[in-house]
Amino acid sequence: MNMKSERGFSNGAAVIMVLLAFICIFPVLLLFMSSITSEASLLKNGYSVFPEEFGFDAYRYLWMSREKILRAYGMTIAQTSVGTSLSVVVTTLLAYPLSRKDLPGRNVIAFYIFFTMLFSGGMIPSYMMWTQMFHIKDTFFALIFPSLFLSGFAVIMMRTYFSTNIPDNVLEAAKIDGASEVKILLRIVLPMSKPILSTVGLMTALAYWNDWMNGLYYLTKRTDLYTIQNLLNRLITSADFLSNNQANSLLAANIQVPSVGVRMAVAVIAILPILVIYPFFQKGFVKGIVIGGVKG
Amino acid sequence: MRKLKRFIPFYIMMIPGLTYLFINNYIPLTGLQLAFKKFKYNEGIFNSPWVGMKNFSFLFKTNDAWVLFRNTLGYNLLFLVINTVLAIAVAILLNEVRSAFVRKMSQTVVLIPFLLSYVVISYIVYALLGQSGGMVNNSILKPLGMEPVSWYTKPKYWPLILTLVQAWKAFGYNSIIYYATIIGFDKSLYEAAAVDGAGVWKRIWFITMPMLKATVITLTLMSIGRMFYSDFGLFYQVPMNSGMLQKATTTIDTYVYRGLMESNDIGRAAAAGFLQSILGFVTVLTANTVVRKIESENALF
Repeated sequence: MNMKSERGFSNGAAVIMVLLAFICIFPVLLLFMSSITSEASLLKNGYSVFPEEFGFDAYRYLWMSREKILRAYGMTIAQTSVGTSLSVVVTTLLAYPLSRKDLPGRNVIAFYIFFTMLFSGGMIPSYMMWTQMFHIKDTFFALIFPSLFLSGFAVIMMRTYFSTNIPDNVLEAAKIDGASEVKILLRIVLPMSKPILSTVGLMTALAYWNDWMNGLYYLTKRTDLYTIQNLLNRLITSADFLSNNQANSLLAANIQVPSVGVRMAVAVIAILPILVIYPFFQKGFVKGIVIGGVKG
Repeated sequence: MRKLKRFIPFYIMMIPGLTYLFINNYIPLTGLQLAFKKFKYNEGIFNSPWVGMKNFSFLFKTNDAWVLFRNTLGYNLLFLVINTVLAIAVAILLNEVRSAFVRKMSQTVVLIPFLLSYVVISYIVYALLGQSGGMVNNSILKPLGMEPVSWYTKPKYWPLILTLVQAWKAFGYNSIIYYATIIGFDKSLYEAAAVDGAGVWKRIWFITMPMLKATVITLTLMSIGRMFYSDFGLFYQVPMNSGMLQKATTTIDTYVYRGLMESNDIGRAAAAGFLQSILGFVTVLTANTVVRKIESENALF
Protein backbone atom coordinates (compact mmCIF):
# COMPACT_ATOMS: atom_id res chain seq x y z
CA MET A 1 0.00 0.00 0.00
CA ASN A 2 1.56 3.30 0.85
CA MET A 3 5.09 3.27 2.15
CA LYS A 4 4.45 6.16 4.50
CA SER A 5 2.06 4.31 6.78
CA GLU A 6 4.37 1.29 6.73
CA ARG A 7 7.22 3.45 7.93
CA GLY A 8 4.97 5.03 10.53
CA PHE A 9 4.01 1.60 11.88
CA SER A 10 7.61 0.52 12.05
CA ASN A 11 8.63 3.69 13.90
CA GLY A 12 5.72 3.31 16.28
CA ALA A 13 6.79 -0.27 16.95
CA ALA A 14 10.32 0.92 17.70
CA VAL A 15 9.05 3.54 20.16
CA ILE A 16 6.91 0.97 21.99
CA MET A 17 9.79 -1.50 22.16
CA VAL A 18 12.11 1.13 23.63
CA LEU A 19 9.42 1.96 26.17
CA LEU A 20 9.00 -1.71 27.11
CA ALA A 21 12.76 -2.07 27.45
CA PHE A 22 12.72 0.91 29.79
CA ILE A 23 9.96 -0.68 31.89
CA CYS A 24 12.09 -3.80 32.20
CA ILE A 25 15.22 -1.97 33.25
CA PHE A 26 13.74 0.78 35.44
CA PRO A 27 12.99 -1.33 38.56
CA VAL A 28 16.50 -2.77 38.43
CA LEU A 29 17.86 0.76 38.18
CA LEU A 30 15.73 1.77 41.17
CA LEU A 31 17.23 -1.08 43.17
CA PHE A 32 20.75 -0.04 42.25
CA MET A 33 20.28 3.69 42.84
CA SER A 34 18.65 3.02 46.20
CA SER A 35 21.69 1.05 47.28
CA ILE A 36 23.99 4.01 46.66
CA THR A 37 21.73 6.63 48.22
CA SER A 38 22.64 8.05 51.62
CA GLU A 39 20.56 6.71 54.49
CA ALA A 40 19.37 10.19 55.44
CA SER A 41 18.16 10.84 51.94
CA LEU A 42 16.43 7.43 51.83
CA LEU A 43 14.62 8.16 55.08
CA LYS A 44 13.56 11.56 53.84
CA ASN A 45 12.58 10.88 50.23
CA GLY A 46 12.18 7.13 50.07
CA TYR A 47 13.61 4.98 47.30
CA SER A 48 14.30 6.94 44.16
CA VAL A 49 16.31 6.78 40.95
CA PHE A 50 17.46 10.35 41.53
CA PRO A 51 19.09 10.37 44.96
CA GLU A 52 19.28 13.73 46.70
CA GLU A 53 22.57 12.64 48.17
CA PHE A 54 24.77 9.67 47.30
CA GLY A 55 26.09 7.48 50.08
CA PHE A 56 27.93 4.21 50.34
CA ASP A 57 27.16 3.39 53.97
CA ALA A 58 25.17 0.36 52.86
CA TYR A 59 28.18 -1.16 51.13
CA ARG A 60 30.46 -0.11 53.96
CA TYR A 61 28.18 -1.94 56.35
CA LEU A 62 28.18 -5.01 54.09
CA TRP A 63 31.94 -4.88 54.04
CA MET A 64 31.96 -4.99 57.85
CA SER A 65 29.67 -8.02 57.72
CA ARG A 66 31.71 -9.48 54.91
CA GLU A 67 32.21 -12.77 56.68
CA LYS A 68 28.53 -13.66 56.26
CA ILE A 69 28.19 -12.11 52.83
CA LEU A 70 31.27 -13.75 51.35
CA ARG A 71 30.32 -17.05 52.90
CA ALA A 72 26.85 -16.88 51.34
CA TYR A 73 28.40 -15.92 48.05
CA GLY A 74 30.70 -18.90 48.23
CA MET A 75 27.71 -21.15 48.94
CA THR A 76 25.87 -19.79 45.92
CA ILE A 77 28.89 -20.42 43.73
CA ALA A 78 29.35 -23.92 45.15
CA GLN A 79 25.66 -24.74 44.72
CA THR A 80 25.58 -23.43 41.16
CA SER A 81 28.79 -25.04 39.96
CA VAL A 82 28.37 -28.44 41.65
CA GLY A 83 24.65 -28.61 40.87
CA THR A 84 24.96 -27.54 37.24
CA SER A 85 27.89 -29.74 36.30
CA LEU A 86 26.43 -32.86 37.95
CA SER A 87 23.02 -32.16 36.50
CA VAL A 88 24.26 -31.70 32.93
CA VAL A 89 26.28 -34.94 33.12
CA VAL A 90 23.35 -36.98 34.46
CA THR A 91 20.90 -35.41 31.99
CA THR A 92 23.21 -36.19 29.04
CA LEU A 93 23.81 -39.76 30.18
CA LEU A 94 20.07 -40.32 30.32
CA ALA A 95 19.18 -38.47 27.12
CA TYR A 96 21.74 -39.95 24.76
CA PRO A 97 20.81 -43.65 25.00
CA LEU A 98 17.15 -42.66 24.63
CA SER A 99 17.96 -40.94 21.34
CA ARG A 100 19.21 -44.24 19.91
CA LYS A 101 16.40 -45.74 17.89
CA ASP A 102 17.77 -49.26 18.30
CA LEU A 103 17.84 -49.27 22.12
CA PRO A 104 15.64 -52.09 23.46
CA GLY A 105 13.07 -50.82 25.96
CA ARG A 106 13.42 -47.25 24.73
CA ASN A 107 9.70 -46.49 24.77
CA VAL A 108 9.14 -47.81 28.27
CA ILE A 109 11.97 -45.68 29.61
CA ALA A 110 10.79 -42.61 27.71
CA PHE A 111 7.35 -43.06 29.24
CA TYR A 112 8.88 -43.45 32.71
CA ILE A 113 10.52 -40.02 32.24
CA PHE A 114 7.55 -38.38 30.58
CA PHE A 115 5.19 -39.48 33.34
CA THR A 116 7.17 -37.42 35.89
CA MET A 117 6.16 -34.33 33.91
CA LEU A 118 2.47 -35.17 34.15
CA PHE A 119 1.97 -36.33 37.70
CA SER A 120 3.67 -35.29 40.90
CA GLY A 121 3.19 -36.12 44.54
CA GLY A 122 3.49 -32.48 45.57
CA MET A 123 5.46 -30.65 48.22
CA ILE A 124 4.43 -32.46 51.39
CA PRO A 125 5.32 -36.01 50.31
CA SER A 126 8.57 -34.71 48.77
CA TYR A 127 9.50 -32.87 51.93
CA MET A 128 8.74 -35.90 54.10
CA MET A 129 10.80 -38.15 51.88
CA TRP A 130 13.85 -35.90 51.63
CA THR A 131 13.88 -35.20 55.36
CA GLN A 132 12.85 -38.58 56.80
CA MET A 133 14.29 -41.07 54.32
CA PHE A 134 17.37 -39.17 53.18
CA HIS A 135 17.94 -36.87 56.17
CA ILE A 136 18.86 -34.06 53.90
CA LYS A 137 17.86 -31.27 56.28
CA ASP A 138 20.66 -28.83 57.12
CA THR A 139 23.18 -30.39 54.74
CA PHE A 140 24.76 -29.10 51.55
CA PHE A 141 22.87 -31.79 49.61
CA ALA A 142 19.64 -29.91 50.32
CA LEU A 143 20.88 -27.16 48.01
CA ILE A 144 21.55 -29.60 45.18
CA PHE A 145 19.06 -32.42 45.05
CA PRO A 146 15.44 -31.67 45.94
CA SER A 147 13.41 -30.87 42.80
CA LEU A 148 16.10 -28.86 40.96
CA PHE A 149 18.55 -31.53 39.98
CA LEU A 150 17.06 -33.23 36.93
CA SER A 151 13.99 -32.33 34.93
CA GLY A 152 12.26 -34.74 32.61
CA PHE A 153 11.74 -31.76 30.36
CA ALA A 154 15.47 -31.18 29.89
CA VAL A 155 16.04 -34.88 29.24
CA ILE A 156 13.39 -35.00 26.53
CA MET A 157 14.65 -31.74 25.02
CA MET A 158 18.18 -33.09 24.83
CA ARG A 159 17.05 -36.44 23.46
CA THR A 160 15.18 -34.68 20.66
CA TYR A 161 18.28 -32.66 19.85
CA PHE A 162 20.48 -35.76 19.66
CA SER A 163 18.07 -37.70 17.49
CA THR A 164 17.51 -34.85 15.03
CA ASN A 165 21.04 -33.41 14.85
CA ILE A 166 23.30 -36.45 14.91
CA PRO A 167 22.95 -38.25 11.56
CA ASP A 168 22.58 -42.02 11.83
CA ASN A 169 25.26 -42.65 9.21
CA VAL A 170 27.86 -40.86 11.35
CA LEU A 171 27.10 -43.28 14.20
CA GLU A 172 27.11 -46.22 11.77
CA ALA A 173 30.49 -45.25 10.36
CA ALA A 174 31.99 -45.00 13.84
CA LYS A 175 30.57 -48.40 14.75
CA ILE A 176 32.05 -49.99 11.65
CA ASP A 177 35.40 -48.48 12.62
CA GLY A 178 35.04 -50.43 15.83
CA ALA A 179 34.53 -47.53 18.25
CA SER A 180 32.80 -48.42 21.53
CA GLU A 181 29.52 -46.70 22.43
CA VAL A 182 31.19 -44.69 25.18
CA LYS A 183 33.85 -43.52 22.78
CA ILE A 184 31.21 -42.56 20.20
CA LEU A 185 29.41 -40.47 22.80
CA LEU A 186 32.54 -38.70 24.01
CA ARG A 187 34.37 -38.21 20.72
CA ILE A 188 31.58 -37.71 18.22
CA VAL A 189 28.22 -36.92 19.78
CA LEU A 190 29.22 -34.44 22.48
CA PRO A 191 31.41 -32.23 20.25
CA MET A 192 28.49 -32.03 17.84
CA SER A 193 26.05 -31.07 20.60
CA LYS A 194 27.59 -27.97 22.13
CA PRO A 195 24.50 -25.78 21.54
CA ILE A 196 22.15 -28.02 23.51
CA LEU A 197 24.70 -28.67 26.25
CA SER A 198 25.28 -24.98 26.80
CA THR A 199 21.55 -24.27 26.67
CA VAL A 200 20.69 -26.87 29.30
CA GLY A 201 23.72 -25.76 31.31
CA LEU A 202 22.71 -22.09 31.26
CA MET A 203 19.12 -22.78 32.25
CA THR A 204 20.19 -25.11 35.05
CA ALA A 205 22.80 -22.65 36.31
CA LEU A 206 20.22 -19.85 36.38
CA ALA A 207 17.81 -22.04 38.34
CA TYR A 208 20.50 -22.89 40.91
CA TRP A 209 21.78 -19.33 41.23
CA ASN A 210 18.25 -18.05 41.85
CA ASP A 211 17.15 -20.87 44.12
CA TRP A 212 15.91 -19.89 47.55
CA MET A 213 13.20 -22.50 48.05
CA ASN A 214 15.42 -25.41 48.99
CA GLY A 215 17.10 -23.22 51.59
CA LEU A 216 13.73 -22.08 52.89
CA TYR A 217 12.48 -25.65 53.31
CA TYR A 218 15.59 -27.52 54.28
CA LEU A 219 18.08 -25.15 55.93
CA THR A 220 16.42 -24.34 59.21
CA LYS A 221 19.34 -24.51 61.64
CA ARG A 222 22.48 -24.40 59.53
CA THR A 223 22.37 -20.75 58.52
CA ASP A 224 26.06 -21.04 57.68
CA LEU A 225 24.94 -22.96 54.58
CA TYR A 226 22.81 -20.04 53.41
CA THR A 227 23.28 -18.90 49.85
CA ILE A 228 22.98 -15.26 48.91
CA GLN A 229 19.31 -15.82 47.99
CA ASN A 230 18.60 -17.42 51.37
CA LEU A 231 20.31 -14.49 53.03
CA LEU A 232 18.10 -12.07 51.11
CA ASN A 233 15.04 -14.07 52.05
CA ARG A 234 16.06 -13.97 55.70
CA LEU A 235 16.79 -10.23 55.64
CA ILE A 236 13.17 -9.50 54.76
CA THR A 237 12.07 -10.61 58.20
CA SER A 238 15.19 -9.89 60.24
CA ALA A 239 17.28 -6.98 59.10
CA ASP A 240 19.73 -7.52 61.96
CA PHE A 241 20.72 -10.94 60.63
CA LEU A 242 23.95 -9.51 59.29
CA SER A 243 25.06 -7.84 62.46
CA ASN A 244 28.18 -9.02 64.22
CA ASN A 245 30.62 -7.59 66.70
CA GLN A 246 32.28 -5.21 64.34
CA ALA A 247 29.01 -3.96 63.03
CA ASN A 248 27.74 -3.64 66.58
CA SER A 249 30.67 -1.44 67.47
CA LEU A 250 29.42 0.81 64.72
CA LEU A 251 26.18 1.03 66.65
CA ALA A 252 28.07 1.79 69.84
CA ALA A 253 29.93 4.55 68.06
CA ASN A 254 26.52 6.06 67.48
CA ILE A 255 26.64 5.72 63.75
CA GLN A 256 23.31 4.72 62.34
CA VAL A 257 22.99 1.29 60.75
CA PRO A 258 21.87 1.91 57.17
CA SER A 259 19.20 -0.79 57.35
CA VAL A 260 17.04 0.65 54.57
CA GLY A 261 19.84 0.73 52.03
CA VAL A 262 21.55 -2.47 53.16
CA ARG A 263 18.80 -4.71 51.88
CA MET A 264 18.95 -3.12 48.47
CA ALA A 265 22.74 -3.45 48.47
CA VAL A 266 22.53 -7.20 49.15
CA ALA A 267 19.99 -7.57 46.35
CA VAL A 268 22.32 -5.70 44.00
CA ILE A 269 25.19 -7.99 44.93
CA ALA A 270 22.97 -11.01 44.24
CA ILE A 271 22.02 -9.96 40.72
CA LEU A 272 25.21 -8.23 39.62
CA PRO A 273 27.04 -11.35 38.36
CA ILE A 274 23.99 -12.40 36.33
CA LEU A 275 23.62 -8.97 34.73
CA VAL A 276 27.34 -8.78 33.96
CA ILE A 277 27.53 -12.25 32.43
CA TYR A 278 24.15 -12.18 30.68
CA PRO A 279 25.06 -10.10 27.57
CA PHE A 280 27.76 -12.63 26.68
CA PHE A 281 25.34 -15.53 26.93
CA GLN A 282 22.30 -13.77 25.56
CA LYS A 283 22.31 -15.80 22.35
CA GLY A 284 22.48 -19.08 24.22
CA PHE A 285 19.61 -18.01 26.45
CA VAL A 286 17.42 -17.05 23.54
CA LYS A 287 18.19 -20.34 21.85
CA GLY A 288 17.30 -22.17 25.02
CA ILE A 289 14.00 -20.39 25.33
CA VAL A 290 13.16 -21.16 21.73
CA ILE A 291 14.08 -24.85 21.91
CA GLY A 292 12.41 -25.27 25.28
CA GLY A 293 9.33 -23.23 24.54
CA VAL A 294 8.10 -24.97 21.45
CA LYS A 295 7.68 -28.64 22.19
CA GLY A 296 10.65 -30.37 23.81
CA MET B 1 22.60 -61.63 22.50
CA ARG B 2 25.61 -59.78 21.08
CA LYS B 3 23.30 -56.95 20.22
CA LEU B 4 22.11 -56.67 23.81
CA LYS B 5 25.66 -56.78 25.09
CA ARG B 6 26.47 -53.74 23.02
CA PHE B 7 23.74 -51.83 24.84
CA ILE B 8 24.89 -52.61 28.37
CA PRO B 9 26.94 -49.37 28.64
CA PHE B 10 23.77 -47.47 27.73
CA TYR B 11 21.77 -48.99 30.54
CA ILE B 12 24.58 -48.25 32.97
CA MET B 13 24.71 -44.62 31.80
CA MET B 14 21.02 -44.22 32.49
CA ILE B 15 21.14 -45.55 36.05
CA PRO B 16 21.92 -42.23 37.84
CA GLY B 17 19.18 -40.30 36.05
CA LEU B 18 16.55 -43.01 36.36
CA THR B 19 17.39 -43.49 40.03
CA TYR B 20 17.09 -39.79 40.70
CA LEU B 21 13.68 -39.62 39.03
CA PHE B 22 12.59 -42.66 41.03
CA ILE B 23 13.60 -40.88 44.24
CA ASN B 24 12.48 -37.36 43.47
CA ASN B 25 9.34 -38.11 41.47
CA TYR B 26 8.11 -41.65 42.15
CA ILE B 27 8.67 -42.30 45.86
CA PRO B 28 6.72 -39.15 46.85
CA LEU B 29 3.67 -40.57 45.06
CA THR B 30 3.35 -43.03 47.93
CA GLY B 31 3.11 -40.03 50.24
CA LEU B 32 -0.18 -39.00 48.67
CA GLN B 33 -1.84 -41.30 51.22
CA LEU B 34 -1.06 -38.64 53.85
CA ALA B 35 -4.20 -36.86 52.69
CA PHE B 36 -6.16 -39.69 54.36
CA LYS B 37 -4.02 -39.97 57.48
CA LYS B 38 -3.31 -38.11 60.66
CA PHE B 39 0.40 -37.54 60.33
CA LYS B 40 2.58 -38.19 63.34
CA TYR B 41 6.26 -37.35 62.99
CA ASN B 42 7.47 -40.23 65.12
CA GLU B 43 5.34 -42.79 63.24
CA GLY B 44 6.25 -41.68 59.72
CA ILE B 45 4.05 -41.72 56.63
CA PHE B 46 3.30 -45.44 56.58
CA ASN B 47 2.50 -46.01 60.24
CA SER B 48 0.43 -42.90 60.91
CA PRO B 49 -3.23 -43.78 61.52
CA TRP B 50 -5.87 -43.57 58.80
CA VAL B 51 -8.60 -40.99 59.28
CA GLY B 52 -10.66 -41.47 56.13
CA MET B 53 -11.95 -38.25 54.60
CA LYS B 54 -11.52 -36.18 57.76
CA ASN B 55 -8.74 -33.95 56.34
CA PHE B 56 -10.92 -33.12 53.38
CA SER B 57 -13.97 -32.33 55.48
CA PHE B 58 -11.79 -30.04 57.63
CA LEU B 59 -10.47 -28.34 54.53
CA PHE B 60 -13.91 -27.77 53.08
CA LYS B 61 -15.60 -26.85 56.36
CA THR B 62 -13.74 -23.55 56.42
CA ASN B 63 -13.76 -20.94 53.75
CA ASP B 64 -10.14 -21.88 52.95
CA ALA B 65 -10.77 -24.35 50.19
CA TRP B 66 -12.92 -22.00 48.16
CA VAL B 67 -10.41 -19.15 48.45
CA LEU B 68 -7.49 -21.42 47.55
CA PHE B 69 -9.00 -22.86 44.44
CA ARG B 70 -10.55 -19.59 43.35
CA ASN B 71 -7.20 -17.80 43.64
CA THR B 72 -5.14 -20.54 42.01
CA LEU B 73 -7.44 -21.01 39.04
CA GLY B 74 -8.42 -17.35 38.75
CA TYR B 75 -4.86 -16.05 38.66
CA ASN B 76 -3.79 -18.75 36.24
CA LEU B 77 -6.59 -17.94 33.80
CA LEU B 78 -5.86 -14.23 34.07
CA PHE B 79 -2.14 -14.79 33.53
CA LEU B 80 -2.78 -17.10 30.60
CA VAL B 81 -4.89 -14.56 28.72
CA ILE B 82 -2.67 -11.58 29.52
CA ASN B 83 0.57 -13.40 28.81
CA THR B 84 -0.63 -14.73 25.47
CA VAL B 85 -1.97 -11.39 24.23
CA LEU B 86 1.06 -9.47 25.45
CA ALA B 87 3.58 -11.96 24.07
CA ILE B 88 2.01 -12.03 20.60
CA ALA B 89 1.71 -8.23 20.50
CA VAL B 90 5.34 -7.72 21.52
CA ALA B 91 6.58 -10.39 19.10
CA ILE B 92 4.74 -8.75 16.19
CA LEU B 93 6.02 -5.29 17.14
CA LEU B 94 9.55 -6.60 17.46
CA ASN B 95 9.27 -8.12 14.02
CA GLU B 96 8.13 -4.81 12.51
CA VAL B 97 10.97 -2.73 13.98
CA ARG B 98 13.39 -1.86 11.17
CA SER B 99 16.28 -0.55 13.21
CA ALA B 100 18.51 -3.55 13.90
CA PHE B 101 19.91 -1.78 16.96
CA VAL B 102 16.51 -1.27 18.60
CA ARG B 103 15.52 -4.83 17.76
CA LYS B 104 18.65 -6.31 19.28
CA MET B 105 18.72 -4.03 22.29
CA SER B 106 15.09 -4.59 23.24
CA GLN B 107 15.38 -8.33 22.67
CA THR B 108 18.21 -8.38 25.19
CA VAL B 109 16.65 -6.09 27.76
CA VAL B 110 13.14 -7.60 27.90
CA LEU B 111 14.68 -10.83 29.17
CA ILE B 112 16.28 -9.20 32.21
CA PRO B 113 13.24 -9.64 34.49
CA PHE B 114 13.24 -13.33 33.61
CA LEU B 115 16.76 -13.60 35.07
CA LEU B 116 15.81 -12.34 38.52
CA SER B 117 14.61 -14.52 41.39
CA TYR B 118 11.36 -13.70 43.13
CA VAL B 119 13.27 -12.83 46.30
CA VAL B 120 15.06 -10.07 44.44
CA ILE B 121 11.82 -9.04 42.75
CA SER B 122 10.13 -8.80 46.14
CA TYR B 123 12.80 -6.25 47.11
CA ILE B 124 12.10 -4.29 43.95
CA VAL B 125 8.36 -4.33 44.60
CA TYR B 126 9.06 -3.21 48.15
CA ALA B 127 11.16 -0.31 46.87
CA LEU B 128 8.14 0.70 44.78
CA LEU B 129 5.32 0.03 47.23
CA GLY B 130 6.82 0.25 50.73
CA GLN B 131 4.64 2.26 53.11
CA SER B 132 7.09 4.99 54.10
CA GLY B 133 9.97 4.58 51.65
CA GLY B 134 8.22 3.32 48.55
CA MET B 135 8.66 5.22 45.34
CA VAL B 136 4.97 5.18 44.46
CA ASN B 137 3.88 6.77 47.74
CA ASN B 138 6.77 9.23 47.90
CA SER B 139 7.48 10.27 44.36
CA ILE B 140 4.13 9.78 42.63
CA LEU B 141 1.22 10.03 45.05
CA LYS B 142 2.72 12.76 47.26
CA PRO B 143 3.47 15.24 44.45
CA LEU B 144 -0.05 14.64 43.16
CA GLY B 145 -1.39 15.57 46.57
CA MET B 146 -2.77 12.08 47.24
CA GLU B 147 -2.69 10.19 50.50
CA PRO B 148 -0.06 7.44 50.76
CA VAL B 149 -1.50 3.94 50.36
CA SER B 150 -0.64 1.13 52.71
CA TRP B 151 -0.16 -1.39 49.91
CA TYR B 152 0.91 -4.32 52.07
CA THR B 153 -2.24 -4.28 54.19
CA LYS B 154 -4.93 -3.83 51.52
CA PRO B 155 -5.81 -7.07 49.69
CA LYS B 156 -7.89 -5.32 47.06
CA TYR B 157 -4.84 -3.99 45.20
CA TRP B 158 -3.06 -7.32 45.01
CA PRO B 159 -4.76 -9.03 42.08
CA LEU B 160 -3.57 -6.10 39.99
CA ILE B 161 -0.09 -5.91 41.56
CA LEU B 162 0.53 -9.66 41.22
CA THR B 163 -0.70 -9.63 37.64
CA LEU B 164 1.60 -6.75 36.73
CA VAL B 165 4.62 -8.27 38.46
CA GLN B 166 3.98 -11.63 36.83
CA ALA B 167 3.52 -10.07 33.39
CA TRP B 168 6.66 -7.99 33.87
CA LYS B 169 8.73 -11.08 34.62
CA ALA B 170 7.21 -13.32 31.94
CA PHE B 171 6.43 -11.25 28.87
CA GLY B 172 9.99 -11.08 27.51
CA TYR B 173 10.40 -14.83 27.73
CA ASN B 174 7.04 -15.56 26.10
CA SER B 175 7.42 -13.00 23.35
CA ILE B 176 10.82 -14.43 22.37
CA ILE B 177 9.12 -17.78 21.72
CA TYR B 178 6.53 -16.16 19.45
CA TYR B 179 9.12 -13.95 17.80
CA ALA B 180 11.23 -16.98 16.90
CA THR B 181 8.15 -18.58 15.39
CA ILE B 182 7.36 -15.47 13.35
CA ILE B 183 10.85 -15.08 11.90
CA GLY B 184 10.65 -18.71 10.85
CA PHE B 185 7.70 -17.97 8.56
CA ASP B 186 8.05 -17.97 4.81
CA LYS B 187 8.92 -14.40 3.77
CA SER B 188 7.55 -14.81 0.27
CA LEU B 189 3.99 -14.95 1.65
CA TYR B 190 4.41 -11.45 3.06
CA GLU B 191 5.98 -10.15 -0.13
CA ALA B 192 3.18 -11.57 -2.25
CA ALA B 193 0.60 -10.00 0.07
CA ALA B 194 2.39 -6.65 -0.10
CA VAL B 195 2.38 -6.79 -3.89
CA ASP B 196 -1.34 -7.49 -3.79
CA GLY B 197 -1.75 -4.32 -1.76
CA ALA B 198 -2.29 -5.75 1.74
CA GLY B 199 -1.24 -3.20 4.38
CA VAL B 200 0.64 -4.00 7.53
CA TRP B 201 -2.48 -4.65 9.63
CA LYS B 202 -3.95 -6.95 7.03
CA ARG B 203 -0.71 -8.91 6.80
CA ILE B 204 -0.61 -9.33 10.58
CA TRP B 205 -4.24 -10.37 10.77
CA PHE B 206 -4.42 -12.71 7.77
CA ILE B 207 -0.92 -14.17 7.64
CA THR B 208 0.85 -13.90 11.00
CA MET B 209 -2.06 -14.65 13.32
CA PRO B 210 -3.29 -17.83 11.60
CA MET B 211 0.26 -19.15 11.40
CA LEU B 212 0.81 -18.56 15.13
CA LYS B 213 -2.14 -20.78 15.98
CA ALA B 214 -0.05 -23.91 16.49
CA THR B 215 2.28 -22.15 18.93
CA VAL B 216 -0.63 -20.63 20.82
CA ILE B 217 -2.25 -24.04 21.20
CA THR B 218 0.95 -25.70 22.41
CA LEU B 219 1.75 -23.00 24.95
CA THR B 220 -1.85 -22.76 26.15
CA LEU B 221 -1.94 -26.51 26.57
CA MET B 222 1.17 -26.36 28.74
CA SER B 223 -0.35 -23.59 30.89
CA ILE B 224 -3.61 -25.47 31.27
CA GLY B 225 -1.64 -28.46 32.43
CA ARG B 226 -0.28 -26.25 35.23
CA MET B 227 -3.69 -24.76 36.06
CA PHE B 228 -3.68 -26.08 39.63
CA TYR B 229 -0.08 -25.06 40.26
CA SER B 230 1.03 -21.55 41.09
CA ASP B 231 4.42 -19.93 41.17
CA PHE B 232 5.21 -20.17 44.88
CA GLY B 233 7.74 -17.33 44.65
CA LEU B 234 5.24 -14.88 43.20
CA PHE B 235 2.59 -15.53 45.82
CA TYR B 236 4.86 -16.00 48.81
CA GLN B 237 7.73 -13.56 48.28
CA VAL B 238 6.16 -10.64 46.46
CA PRO B 239 3.42 -9.99 49.10
CA MET B 240 6.20 -10.60 51.69
CA ASN B 241 4.13 -13.39 53.25
CA SER B 242 1.86 -10.69 54.67
CA GLY B 243 -0.97 -12.20 56.69
CA MET B 244 -3.33 -9.34 55.93
CA LEU B 245 -3.12 -10.00 52.21
CA GLN B 246 -3.84 -13.70 52.38
CA LYS B 247 -7.37 -13.48 51.05
CA ALA B 248 -5.98 -12.19 47.76
CA THR B 249 -2.63 -13.97 47.69
CA THR B 250 -3.11 -17.50 49.05
CA THR B 251 -2.87 -20.24 46.46
CA ILE B 252 -2.67 -24.00 46.89
CA ASP B 253 1.12 -23.81 46.98
CA THR B 254 1.40 -21.14 49.66
CA TYR B 255 -1.30 -22.87 51.69
CA VAL B 256 0.59 -26.15 51.57
CA TYR B 257 3.80 -24.36 52.55
CA ARG B 258 2.16 -22.70 55.56
CA GLY B 259 0.49 -25.91 56.66
CA LEU B 260 3.77 -27.77 56.47
CA MET B 261 6.30 -25.23 57.73
CA GLU B 262 4.44 -22.63 59.77
CA SER B 263 1.18 -23.82 61.32
CA ASN B 264 1.94 -27.55 61.40
CA ASP B 265 -1.50 -28.25 60.01
CA ILE B 266 -0.35 -31.10 57.83
CA GLY B 267 -3.70 -32.86 57.43
CA ARG B 268 -5.48 -30.05 55.63
CA ALA B 269 -2.39 -29.07 53.65
CA ALA B 270 -1.96 -32.69 52.52
CA ALA B 271 -5.59 -32.79 51.45
CA ALA B 272 -5.13 -29.61 49.39
CA GLY B 273 -1.91 -31.00 47.90
CA PHE B 274 -3.65 -34.27 47.04
CA LEU B 275 -6.37 -32.42 45.14
CA GLN B 276 -3.71 -30.39 43.36
CA SER B 277 -1.87 -33.51 42.17
CA ILE B 278 -4.96 -35.42 41.06
CA LEU B 279 -6.76 -32.48 39.45
CA GLY B 280 -3.55 -31.34 37.76
CA PHE B 281 -3.10 -34.80 36.26
CA VAL B 282 -6.70 -35.01 35.10
CA THR B 283 -6.53 -31.53 33.57
CA VAL B 284 -3.42 -32.18 31.55
CA LEU B 285 -4.85 -35.45 30.19
CA THR B 286 -8.19 -33.86 29.35
CA ALA B 287 -6.69 -30.82 27.64
CA ASN B 288 -4.44 -33.00 25.55
CA THR B 289 -7.26 -35.35 24.57
CA VAL B 290 -9.41 -32.41 23.47
CA VAL B 291 -6.62 -30.95 21.34
CA ARG B 292 -5.84 -34.34 19.87
CA LYS B 293 -9.47 -34.64 18.75
CA ILE B 294 -9.50 -31.19 17.11
CA GLU B 295 -5.95 -30.73 15.81
CA SER B 296 -4.02 -33.90 16.39
CA GLU B 297 -0.65 -32.53 15.28
CA ASN B 298 -0.67 -29.94 18.07
CA ALA B 299 -1.24 -32.37 20.91
CA LEU B 300 1.64 -32.65 23.36
CA PHE B 301 1.54 -36.44 23.40
